[in-house]
Amino acid sequence: MRYIEPHGHMVSRTTDDYQAMAIAGCQAVSEPAFWAGFDRSSAQGFYDYFCQLTQHEPRRAAMFGLPHYTWLCINPKESEDIKLAEEVLSIIPEFMDCPNVLGIGEIGLNKNSRNEMLVLEKHIDLAASNDQLILVHTPHLEDKRKGTRLILDVLKSDSRISPERCIIDHVEEHTVGMVLDEGFWAGMTLYPETKCTSNRAIDILELYGNEQIWMNSACDWGISVPLAVPRAAQEMKRRGCGSRHIDKVIYQNPIEFMNQSPRFNTPEGL
Amino acid sequence: MTDRKKILDLYFLDARARLIDIAAFMDRVDRADGGDDFRYTAFCAALKALESEKQDRARKVLLVFSDPTEEPIPAATTKAACGAWPGVENA
Repeated sequence: MRYIEPHGHMVSRTTDDYQAMAIAGCQAVSEPAFWAGFDRSSAQGFYDYFCQLTQHEPRRAAMFGLPHYTWLCINPKESEDIKLAEEVLSIIPEFMDCPNVLGIGEIGLNKNSRNEMLVLEKHIDLAASNDQLILVHTPHLEDKRKGTRLILDVLKSDSRISPERCIIDHVEEHTVGMVLDEGFWAGMTLYPETKCTSNRAIDILELYGNEQIWMNSACDWGISVPLAVPRAAQEMKRRGCGSRHIDKVIYQNPIEFMNQSPRFNTPEGL
Repeated sequence: MTDRKKILDLYFLDARARLIDIAAFMDRVDRADGGDDFRYTAFCAALKALESEKQDRARKVLLVFSDPTEEPIPAATTKAACGAWPGVENA
């Protein structure tokens, strides 16, 4: 089995996790910037984080032969403070030419507030002005439906944005249809309690097909499973999915999306 | 189209266990002291969505728990989501 982990917060994981992922067949890791579980007090904290994402994590992943890619932003959980968000946005261009940066992400909404919307629009402008791919975080639980709708409307209102260059992550049964119908890519996050279980993700694939969709573990500092993608692949096999279908969802689709960035190198053997 | 018997062979025992867990959870809530809670009200409403004969029960359950409004809120006063929409006055 070969797979790509398109959304893993590896700064929160141990080196053992890199090793286990490589042994399980992982061919590359993509790591969006996110909330660290606590609020950073200044833009300097983000500067250090972006250095970690563009310099340190690639070295850690390379110990196990894993190419490491990343995405930059201030997460919507820290977007309520507009002044801090603007300071962080101003330092992102300095890192945009780093060889492992694929785009802007994971941007989006958390509680669907006006300030979060304002900062989302600024991120979209930054991505559009610099021809960057976009990786979107959709809100949690009761806020997801409304937030997903607001995010899609903002993206569609900017004529510079191509839906096929945006992945809308953390979709569930009540949001996947609107995302795919409007031409965006959809990401399914495999979590034990929130977001999608493996079985529900496979149900969604049965109902919506396997085009413009991927699965990820979004492993981070919370309850999450770094090997969620290969475990879901095993469940697909148990349910009777063929190896070509599984390979498309967990390997070829992430490559197809990320290959739209000139910085992504296709693993050998595709 | 997947064979129904195969789906039941794969998932019946798991679903049965989860269903009994839900029943035990409801018994536990009933035994506990305290008043109404919007989360449990939403939970009971979501159970009704299971009675639908259309094949979109998961979507319907998720919608029961979702914020039905369309406009951004004035400001975020918390980072956390609790799993059920508390209503306009408590959002």
